[in-house]
Amino acid sequence: MTEFLAMGGYWPWVWGSYAMMAGVTAVEIAQLRFRRRRLWQWLQRMARLSRQEER
Amino acid sequence: MSRTRIQWFHFTAPANFYDLAGRLIPAFALLSVILFAMGLYLGLWVAPPDYQQGDSYRIIYIHVPVAWMSMFLYVLMAIYAGIGLIWRIKMAEVMAKSIAPTGALFTFLALWTGALWGRPTWGVYWVWDARLTSELILLFLFLGYMALHAAIEDRQRAANASAVLALVGVVNVPIIYFSVQWWNTLHQGASITVTQAPTMATIMWVTILIMFLACWMYSIAVVLARARTEILERERRARWVQERLESEKP
Repeated sequence: MTEFLAMGGYWPWVWGSYAMMAGVTAVEIAQLRFRRRRLWQWLQRMARLSRQEER
Repeated sequence: MSRTRIQWFHFTAPANFYDLAGRLIPAFALLSVILFAMGLYLGLWVAPPDYQQGDSYRIIYIHVPVAWMSMFLYVLMAIYAGIGLIWRIKMAEVMAKSIAPTGALFTFLALWTGALWGRPTWGVYWVWDARLTSELILLFLFLGYMALHAAIEDRQRAANASAVLALVGVVNVPIIYFSVQWWNTLHQGASITVTQAPTMATIMWVTILIMFLACWMYSIAVVLARARTEILERERRARWVQERLESEKP
């Protein structure tokens, strides 16, 4: 396992590449979910307010 | 003979596209996870070290797929932007706008992984080589497209202006691809081309193709997810959005 992680002495460059890929894709997915959830809550609030106004 | 035809224009209506995308995203996301798992297993465990570069060459399994994706996504973004500009199809504008952040992300990753691969093989993280410089310009084109969209308040004017930028920037894509042939560059030539047999071991190019497919599936899933949110923002006053608000979860 240690040998695998060491990547023949090239671990900073190999794992630095894979970690960045994992990191930026995770951030992209999290940002998408956050944006959608925030918009959804805002739309629901607007819909509630307009229903109250109708009454 | 079947008389069933796919009604393509049916999906240019935001409500229909929204529902279709919602059904497709889980399938593409699952395919992406499976393909990434396969690609990482083959690339990091099964494929042997390179006889010259040792294990440092394993960066190829993300560097090449993300670099290809950066170019494909730019061309796709420009096509959608062009369709939106010429035929005024709103969904094409939404798709172009939704592709840009993912395209920028892949371009950044191509530069990052290239820099980290360059250090052990060339001895430097960066050189002002034609391939690297044109890829950096691609990143600026993606960022410029997004910045232009964000800077103009009127949605139609923003879409038109950024579409023109996207279309003009397409000229950079063949420059990136052929830069290693046109100029004397430090960057190596293509190892996999459409016209010739790959110059690397089968396990290596198969793994690269699997990772490339994984990146495609990921891109389709996130672009569709972003497009859905964009549609919700644009169509927030439409009746169908109100109906979805009552029947769906965020």
